Amino acid sequence: MSALDIVRVGYVKELLAKGQREDSRGMLDFRNISIKTGIIDHAEGSAQVDLGNTRVLAGVKMVVEEPKPDTPNQGNLVMSAELLPLANADYETGPPSPASIELARVVDRGIRAGNCLDLEGMFIEEGKAWSAYVDLYILNYDGNLFDACELAAMAALASAKMPGYKDGAADYTKREKPAKINSIVTSTTFGKIDNKVALDMTGAEESAADGRLTIETDGKIIRAMQKGLSGGFSAEEINGLIQESFKKHAELRKRIEESIR
Amino acid sequence: MGSSLNKPELIVNGKRLDGRDFGELRPIKIEAGVLKNADGSAYLEWGNNKILAAVYGPREATPKHLADPGKAIIKCRYQMAPFSSLGEHNRTGPNRRATEISKVIREVFENVVITSDFPGSEIDIFIEILQGDGGTRAAGLTAASVALANAGIKMKDLVYAVSAGRIGDHVTLDFDMIEDNYSDADMPMAIAPRNNELLLLQMDGGLTIEQFDEAVKMAIGAGKTISALQRDALKRVYETKVSQ
Repeated sequence: MSALDIVRVGYVKELLAKGQREDSRGMLDFRNISIKTGIIDHAEGSAQVDLGNTRVLAGVKMVVEEPKPDTPNQGNLVMSAELLPLANADYETGPPSPASIELARVVDRGIRAGNCLDLEGMFIEEGKAWSAYVDLYILNYDGNLFDACELAAMAALASAKMPGYKDGAADYTKREKPAKINSIVTSTTFGKIDNKVALDMTGAEESAADGRLTIETDGKIIRAMQKGLSGGFSAEEINGLIQESFKKHAELRKRIEESIR
Repeated sequence: MGSSLNKPELIVNGKRLDGRDFGELRPIKIEAGVLKNADGSAYLEWGNNKILAAVYGPREATPKHLADPGKAIIKCRYQMAPFSSLGEHNRTGPNRRATEISKVIREVFENVVITSDFPGSEIDIFIEILQGDGGTRAAGLTAASVALANAGIKMKDLVYAVSAGRIGDHVTLDFDMIEDNYSDADMPMAIAPRNNELLLLQMDGGLTIEQFDEAVKMAIGAGKTISALQRDALKRVYETKVSQ
């Protein structure tokens, strides 16, 4: 962190102690959300999400592969995240960091547990099925990568079109049916900073946070959760945040659906 | 959650496959101070899980640029042995799953270890799953807690961990491997017994908010048993030392 960042983190902490935020939002408000799909023509699906100053790009490639031995009648979903060095002064090149692995796995779990992508429908024939490779590219970091990536992955998948299939291989000259989506999962990530809880933390707020909790839901039930950082949450606190997450789902879902049309 | 293909019946006549009730833990045995070289260690059997945890440190932090002049840093490595699962041979070394588990376990101990006592140093926690049968992260974390205490490292609390989830309509405690593979939701938790705060929480599958509450209650209930076993393991080490 630069000297300026340290000052900003201190400022953010002082504000949060008073229940205020650096951008005047309420404690349980999201920043402005923009979702654009169809950004990368060569990808079967893509979406760019801007969440305040955080920007992520998700790209989906559909590949014909042998199904996994434990799911011989299903396609496959492969999620990875790249914290690109161009996104933040603190990101470095090299093998995937624990933070990027956690990010990709948490987004993957919600979408998989919600059965969002119809993996059974991605079976083609004996020994052949579609694999959806979802790559989450972090382009600019200003906090809350979890929710930004969840929106981007979901919008990219929901807007994806399947390539053709000919003679046992993908035919990328054709884009035929849309990928089949069974449900839409959205996530809300809360931070705990000196016992105050805030939704959608900025980068400075994340630097000040003691604890972090991501709740992923399809609007009916909880699909995945992940607590991060060293700070803890009580069961009562989590119960309240689950209810908040259910409330936020409708709006987030609407934004994803609007981005596809 | 595993494939729906060949899904076995996990509940027969209102009992689980191994005869347990929904809220019943598997048998747990903990022994502290089992490795000579380590500063602290523990061996734990939890059902068919066999787990070794060892702690080295506080010792000088390496590489030097990682050292924090204000506190000790904690490193954690959770790993499954290549021979630990019933199926195929696993590759050695951390995969993506193990990397994530190591990270969330490290964050739990960053909460409870009083790191400000040891500026510039590191505390290494090694968790080796010798035999895995579901719930290894919870069992490994429970063992690591004992190993840290055995190393004489000051902590705010002796954390325990346990997993709860859902099979059909039943909220269920402590899945073994087959339940883990075919359950409808799984939620590992680590809890600080002094205030019941959740320090590790992961979940996937599907839970209603009522099922979430029930699962947490079940975990806290089971925590009394687990905590007692942890303390007992530590007491035995020092009682033996005194009697010698």
